[in-house]
Amino acid sequence: MTRLATTLGLFPLPDWAKTELTTHKGKQRDDMIDGTEGPAIRSIYDEVRSELIELQRSAGLDRIVEGQTRWDDMLAHPLAVHDAVDTAGLLRYYDNNNFYREVRVTAELTADGDVGAELSSLADAVEVADRHGIFPGPYSLAQLATDDYYGDEATFQAAVGEFVAAELDAFPDCTCVTLLEPSLATDPANVDQPAMEAIETAVEAVDDTDVIVQPYWGHPPTDVYAALRELGCGIGFDLVTDAAGAEALIESHGGPAAIALGVVDGQNTRVEDPEDVASLVETFESIADPDRTYLTPNTELFYLPTNHVEAKLEVLATAADPTEVLQ
Amino acid sequence: MTRTQFRPDDHANDHFLLTTVVGSYPKPDWLKRLRDAEDVDHDVWIEAVEDASRLMIDEHERTGMDVICDGEMRRTEMVEFFAERIPGYEFNGPVKVWGHNYFDKPSVVDAVSYDEPWLLDEFEFCSRVASKPVKIPITGPYTLASWSFNEHYTDTETLAYALADLVRAEIDVLVEAGARYIQIDEPALATTPDDHAIVHGSLDRIVADLDPDVRVGLHVCYGDYDRIYPEVLDFPIHELDIEQSNQGFDQLSVFQDPPFSLDLALGVIDVHDTTVESVDEIKDHIRRGLTVVPPERLTVSPDCGLKLLPRDVAYRKMENMVAAAREVEADLDAGRIDPEDPLTA
Repeated sequence: MTRLATTLGLFPLPDWAKTELTTHKGKQRDDMIDGTEGPAIRSIYDEVRSELIELQRSAGLDRIVEGQTRWDDMLAHPLAVHDAVDTAGLLRYYDNNNFYREVRVTAELTADGDVGAELSSLADAVEVADRHGIFPGPYSLAQLATDDYYGDEATFQAAVGEFVAAELDAFPDCTCVTLLEPSLATDPANVDQPAMEAIETAVEAVDDTDVIVQPYWGHPPTDVYAALRELGCGIGFDLVTDAAGAEALIESHGGPAAIALGVVDGQNTRVEDPEDVASLVETFESIADPDRTYLTPNTELFYLPTNHVEAKLEVLATAADPTEVLQ
Repeated sequence: MTRTQFRPDDHANDHFLLTTVVGSYPKPDWLKRLRDAEDVDHDVWIEAVEDASRLMIDEHERTGMDVICDGEMRRTEMVEFFAERIPGYEFNGPVKVWGHNYFDKPSVVDAVSYDEPWLLDEFEFCSRVASKPVKIPITGPYTLASWSFNEHYTDTETLAYALADLVRAEIDVLVEAGARYIQIDEPALATTPDDHAIVHGSLDRIVADLDPDVRVGLHVCYGDYDRIYPEVLDFPIHELDIEQSNQGFDQLSVFQDPPFSLDLALGVIDVHDTTVESVDEIKDHIRRGLTVVPPERLTVSPDCGLKLLPRDVAYRKMENMVAAAREVEADLDAGRIDPEDPLTA
């Protein structure tokens, strides 16, 4: 059994970069990333990426993410930069005080490669064994989007599944890929056969790597969890929101070989005690009996001020290393 | 009716659509530079803020608006400003709201309490300078609770009710000073609509035994309104203020079944788009509002605070908004708009 500390990505920008990018880009809807930014802006993101790689290393994380600070529209980013997608008014991002631009799909969702190019920059600095790719899962991505092209939900969901698979195919080699799927927990009513098939399409696009489907802000319903188990992928659990619910799912349908446990709160500055976190992880390892346990925040990280991100990462790294916790 | 006190004595039309703003307005560049400068003498800062406030009151009044604010020149941000004045809060740095818009989201690390008045200076100054009635927006307790990191209280509800008692203490101070139009800003209700009972409980604490002549509005924005409707109809408020221009009025139908029983303050200006809507466009937006409430219960306002817009754009948007409201009033007077069938020309 292996314990690995990592994150779900989408880091907050360092404060200096918040200021510089505001100056270079502006603050309005039309100023947000559309995939055509020039070299001055790209160089700032390059510097941010380097800083975040160093931050993750110095905190002691085992798997390093790119940081996804370019994702102005959060999980809707891969569509917001796509030529076949128009952006419109601001929409609330789940039940948070955050907003993204409405993404309206107006033509065929062909392969784009925007996120793969970002990850290639990570690959220049981080070895394959440490690389962790992040992408929105096809169900959440479809839920965040508006379809003005495909015409019916099943066709649209399938197209989004194919799109996600194509984007994952353009990733450089990674040792772990997480598909962020908060909508599986927050909007489970629409998880139907096409949605599960789209997730399967995305999972199968990645070879020889842990692929983790990560619901958060709760858990998927039992039948959806059972369907995820049948896919054979890794599964993530938000233990901050509902540890008892996660325990019930694992006890009724077993746990995956690769399990990701959201054990520090990505939306609160209260810094957890590493011993408490390690104890929670042990409990879940005894129930799920995984081969690999990834310790993560329960959500993306951009909700936190930067000084608390570092503290939270250190908690994860400490809790993932039993010798550290015992000292 | 609490709204009739805001109808100007010399109002030109028989119909009266109350025109106002939500609150914030772009700050002059010189004020922002002074705010960001080091070692600014307190007296210099107060003089600058009062100059800016005087300027913005004049800018609002020149549009012909009925109820004005000073654009919140003293305030930093809607949670930060209050958290800085409430013992129990601390700050750790900015967090993202959207794009490159951030706020210094505070952490509640101890029990919250009321110390000095928060907005008395603003209200007394505006009342002295303005020739129009002044509205005071206050960030609501649920939003103050939800948009903070809660490290101290057991849950959001407990924190919100503790903050509601402080908001009520502040309103008592303002009403004593003459305030007659209070707007509680609760945008967080749209983020976590299942918590509408907490907002209701907070409002009950805020308005209990309040002077019945004091108009109480509630501003909510950027949410799925079918998740808080019709529950909001039971809130102890006179007016619900919602944004709709940003969404192309897609959700207005939510408020038609069951019938909307409060006054409606409708956002008819998109505050996240620098394109200045024409008077005719805004008239169309106002007519949509008339499908929900009759003219005597319709307030016309922007979607939200205007502070992210360039100042000249904000002014032209407000100017066109007021002009549009006056034209709709005249059309109603002349029978060119039928309140029973407001979308038919």
